[in-house]
Amino acid sequence: MNRAGNALRIATLCAGFVFLYAPIVILAAMSFNASRLVSVWGGFSTKWYVALLNNELLLESARISLAAAVLSATIATILGLLAAVALARYGAFRSRLLFFGAVHAPLVLPEVVLGLALLSCFVALGVGRGFVTLVIGHVTLTMCFTTVALLSALRGCDPTLEEAAMDLGATPVKAFVLVALPQIAPALASAFMLAFTLSLDDLVIASFATGPGATTLPMRIYSQVRLGVSPQINAISTLLLGFVAVALGLSALAMQAGRRRGL
Amino acid sequence: MSAPRKLSLGQRLTLAIPYLWIAAFFLAPMLLIAKISLSHSVLARPPYAPRFLPSDTLAQLWAKAQTLTLDNYRALVTDSLYFDAYLTSLWIAAVATLITLVVAYPFALAMARSPQRWRPFLIGLAAAPFWTSFLIRVYAWIALLKDEGLINNALQALGLIDAPLQMFATTGAVIVGIVYSYLPFMLLPIYAALDGQDPSLREAAADLGASPMQVFLRVTLPLSREGVIAGALLVFIPAVGEFVIPDLLGGSDSLMIGRTLWNDFFANHDWPAASAVAIALVSILLVPLLLWERARLTDEEGRQ
Repeated sequence: MNRAGNALRIATLCAGFVFLYAPIVILAAMSFNASRLVSVWGGFSTKWYVALLNNELLLESARISLAAAVLSATIATILGLLAAVALARYGAFRSRLLFFGAVHAPLVLPEVVLGLALLSCFVALGVGRGFVTLVIGHVTLTMCFTTVALLSALRGCDPTLEEAAMDLGATPVKAFVLVALPQIAPALASAFMLAFTLSLDDLVIASFATGPGATTLPMRIYSQVRLGVSPQINAISTLLLGFVAVALGLSALAMQAGRRRGL
Repeated sequence: MSAPRKLSLGQRLTLAIPYLWIAAFFLAPMLLIAKISLSHSVLARPPYAPRFLPSDTLAQLWAKAQTLTLDNYRALVTDSLYFDAYLTSLWIAAVATLITLVVAYPFALAMARSPQRWRPFLIGLAAAPFWTSFLIRVYAWIALLKDEGLINNALQALGLIDAPLQMFATTGAVIVGIVYSYLPFMLLPIYAALDGQDPSLREAAADLGASPMQVFLRVTLPLSREGVIAGALLVFIPAVGEFVIPDLLGGSDSLMIGRTLWNDFFANHDWPAASAVAIALVSILLVPLLLWERARLTDEEGRQ
């Protein structure tokens, strides 16, 4: 590659990454602004973080969001694993096409549609909305993502190893747990992480699926954001971004460790 | 085509669990809103009164079935509020998809032409925003685009403008929001398509006398077609039904269909109307999906 081409390539990369990261960095920087105004720098301060610690409503929604994310990501990963096993290993069973379509449909469905459908269903069943319906909504939203992630991982690992284990006397379940599962462990971790972050971030499904007792953090943030930019929201946003950055770093390390072990 | 396989009991149980979940919380609810969309809005004062009861006799069911109405769908076409909202959504999503493509393509190309050992790092950096909060990334743009926001302040400080530009609460702001939020969805498929190309094809074209521009237009670009189509659909489809971005960044002129549905539901409590909007929205989105599937199939046939 010639020098001009190289310079152009590096300039394009810089421009692209500035576009992607500048708004996030500015947001984080503003959370340390002592001034209440966006446009005025009033010196470095952590007072908005202190204010957060005293904001009981926000903390309570953060707890609800975290609990819902852990629970729904766990269920979605299990359901996604079962669905992926069926799609990857069971051959052309009857109704495979319907199953495949139904598993993948929420990927492309607008969230407002899924939210509306879920709420109509809960109301028709006479179920009171709250934490349980919130988790159900999030599992339904995220299990298509976990299925897709695990399906591609399962397709990537060799079924003959499991067959060998079964020839040697292992039950199908035992062969799967001892042979296939360790091979797709990194994919399981990243599927869980994906479902976790999607649930933690979701505003639309939560607004439809939850009730007064279980307001999630995005719902709380959203209602405040509509009133205008607030330094406290900048602070909690920065915490969330930092949280995701740490989680991403850890999962990248886990993947690398997995690769080094030859998985 | 082989006959459908018979599944063992264990396999059937494995399949039954995700199947039941999907049937109960996805398929049934979708059928339900299809049904609600056919009912009168007068019956729909909250809470929603079910039209068919399990205790209904056949005669009652028949009588009720005769009151089914397509009025909610008719309103989608005749009521300019809905019609404009659909058009606005399609228009905004199409323009935003095009701009995202224009932004993402050179970016993806620059990543794909970077030294091999840098690429995993660059991809990680480009994909990381996808994992961070969507709501927060949209929110970050409010502080940039407002009249007293950072962009207007910077332009005024530089003396380029006298009065703040109206950027916030415009259709342009919605488009910027979509381009920004969905960029990774466009970037990664295009990168994957470019990364998979055989460099010897470009070298051959250059050896045969093609200029770098010709190599790009006649080799690189056509071979990345699949990535471009995948990326365009991954941006266009969710953008049509987008709610958060137009609600936070847009003004009254960018009333997209997702917001209309939300308003019908939460503000007007008109469930049948909201359901009809939802069903129509899904039907509209099926068209690009089917086109995608057809393009993929012809592409596969072409390769064989």
